Amino acid sequence: MTGGAIAASVPASIEARGWGWRHGGRSVPAVSGLDLRVDPGERVLLLGASGAGKSTLLHGLAGVLGGDDEGESLGELTVDGRPASAARGRSGLVLQDPDSQIVMARLGDDVAFGLENLGVPTDEIWGRVGAALEAVGLRLPLDHSTSALSGGQRQRLALAGVLAMRPGLILLDEPTANLDPEGVHEVRDAVARVADDTGATLVVIEHRVSVWMPVVDRVVVLGHGGVLADGSPDAVLVGQAAPLRAAGVWLPSDVPWRARRSTARDVEPLMAAHRLDVARVPRVPVQRGLDLRIDTGRITAITGPNGAGKSTLALTMAGLLRPDGGRLEPGAPMAGARGDEPWRWRSRDLLTRIGTVFQHPEHQFLTGSVLAELEVGPRALKMSAGERRERIAPLLAALRLEALTSANPFTLSGGEKRRLSVATVLATRPRMLVLDEPTFGQDANTWRELARLIADLRDDGVGIIAVTHDETFVDAVADNRFALGVVGDAAMTDAAARGRSQAGGASA
Amino acid sequence: MSIATVRPDLPLATINPVAKVAATIPLSIGLVLTLDPVSAGVAILCELIVFTAVGLGPLLWSPRTLPVWIAAPLTGISMVLYGAPSGTTYWQFGLIEVSDGSIAIGLATMTRVIAIALPAVVLFLTIDPTDFADGLAQTLRLPARFVLGALAALRLVGSSIDDWRTLALARRARGVADRGVIRRSLGQAFALLVLAIRRGGILATAMESRGFGAPGARTWARRATFGAPEWRVIAVGCLVAVVSVSAAILAGSWNLVWS
Repeated sequence: MTGGAIAASVPASIEARGWGWRHGGRSVPAVSGLDLRVDPGERVLLLGASGAGKSTLLHGLAGVLGGDDEGESLGELTVDGRPASAARGRSGLVLQDPDSQIVMARLGDDVAFGLENLGVPTDEIWGRVGAALEAVGLRLPLDHSTSALSGGQRQRLALAGVLAMRPGLILLDEPTANLDPEGVHEVRDAVARVADDTGATLVVIEHRVSVWMPVVDRVVVLGHGGVLADGSPDAVLVGQAAPLRAAGVWLPSDVPWRARRSTARDVEPLMAAHRLDVARVPRVPVQRGLDLRIDTGRITAITGPNGAGKSTLALTMAGLLRPDGGRLEPGAPMAGARGDEPWRWRSRDLLTRIGTVFQHPEHQFLTGSVLAELEVGPRALKMSAGERRERIAPLLAALRLEALTSANPFTLSGGEKRRLSVATVLATRPRMLVLDEPTFGQDANTWRELARLIADLRDDGVGIIAVTHDETFVDAVADNRFALGVVGDAAMTDAAARGRSQAGGASA
Repeated sequence: MSIATVRPDLPLATINPVAKVAATIPLSIGLVLTLDPVSAGVAILCELIVFTAVGLGPLLWSPRTLPVWIAAPLTGISMVLYGAPSGTTYWQFGLIEVSDGSIAIGLATMTRVIAIALPAVVLFLTIDPTDFADGLAQTLRLPARFVLGALAALRLVGSSIDDWRTLALARRARGVADRGVIRRSLGQAFALLVLAIRRGGILATAMESRGFGAPGARTWARRATFGAPEWRVIAVGCLVAVVSVSAAILAGSWNLVWS
């Protein structure tokens, strides 16, 4: 059943001739003058700087760019010689966000959704659903709740939903950018298996090249003027290394930047946790009995699998969540706030003491322009207009936001949003900084800027907590690692012990 | 999120939800036509007997029905205090006048709210949203595009609840959570809306890329059936309505609200 149901797809060919697309309301086209041919069964990794139109091309191939009211199309884009917009069902698209692609409440129903839309007879649907789930390795009951899946499982479910439709063309738009390392490999392996089983044509967009090297046989680099480079992975990655790096692509085994070891001598404790229990929902602790100390001039990475309570611990240390048990002890630099329990501090008192950068920048934007956004903190501290200007001008320059002061924060690119969310927190000069997944889904350029900024802040004496899945970050930037595992199995180690030779004492 | 999941082992869980909704309609019409305690009291009695008989007794007394038991006496009391007075007056204070008439109206209102809301809540707890959508689209032939769009939107409710919590924490972190609760909540609601629209946009693209809204006939993986069990459920609903109304007429308490 498995082989028969899956193998029935016929690989699709792609052709773009002078193709371009301009989103409605924008003056500059997202893609223009693109010429590209992909033969049936090829597996293509699509690279390029952000804004080069990679996603637009993929959406175009999937036929979901919309009609004339949503934008203007130029030239030709065909799948199997037919316009891509008319070839729905020939292609299947998996997007980046694991949370927003699930349509149905039950696993089997979600896979069946596409088949129902294509008008597949009911008797045939469930066989194809089972085969697709088998192919991506999701061996769970058909009535399993889709909201109980991990990120990696959700992305494999999305792949199964696409696969059941037997597309000749599988399109993946950064399918692993939002996953932990385990999820990344789950999804990559499922895609590799599916590509082998079906022989379907595959087009993948991803910044981290090494993940996909074993799967693809061709690399295409898009630039603003069309295709910049095209060829075998080795030829393109070696021959075009410099321009690719400039475009923010992660080449295999690249570490964009390494921090020096912390040089601070007189470290001072900023916040100490004693037998701390942390809970998102009161009385339902996700971790118990944690001992952890954050010092000035040190970067502590909190690591661990999804659901281990990393963010909950960080938000508790940040004075945003009430400890479910145990005690938080603020250090001397935190003095002056009302009481010694951070979760009871006034919101204003937090500004100069603890700055928190949330995983999704959208959660913390409050205003309609970049400048107003940066002024929120200083205004809450009742600074004069002159003082506010003095604070904000250097931040705008350091984080390359000068040209965007009147832009709406929600319309910025992913990297710009991240830089703005960090800048808003720095405007009030907190002594401790809590960063939730600061490098998640960022390209190598933004990664390098953030890493430098974080190390500079550390050298200025700021104590930093970074919740992260990013081993490169832990290795190249962090001073300590606090690893959360199953409840009661957390331990602090020197982050550099594996990555760098000179051993420095852990500060906590 | 519990919002979209129903224990499939509950009695009546396999009945087409359209039938369950239809079954509550005759009684609701009967009880809205008249304002007397007998019809509604008999209806409540019938409901307790029927739900216990089919094995839904535990749901009747679960915390999920608590809002009904709280809201009904409150509406009843307000009718006692402010309802049209008649007969002996027991207490008067400003606009408040407690009399024989207003007590009767209060009692009739309270029993009415329970009699109509209780079966609605209990039956709804046995309805899985997916089955309901199947029923609406296949049994009632409502447009699939509309029904499935609404169903998919349910998937966003869970993420919106998480978003709301995070938005509140983020506002505290940004130093603006000390004052102006109302204004801040409005801003937070707006931010939630922006996030929901963004998620909805992604979901719509994902659905479209899987052929949703494509021309051509759609098939259904799950068949919504409407057979003897469904008709039995509707018959029981009609029976409860007939018994309640008959009891009121026989007892002489039946009074059409417009007469």
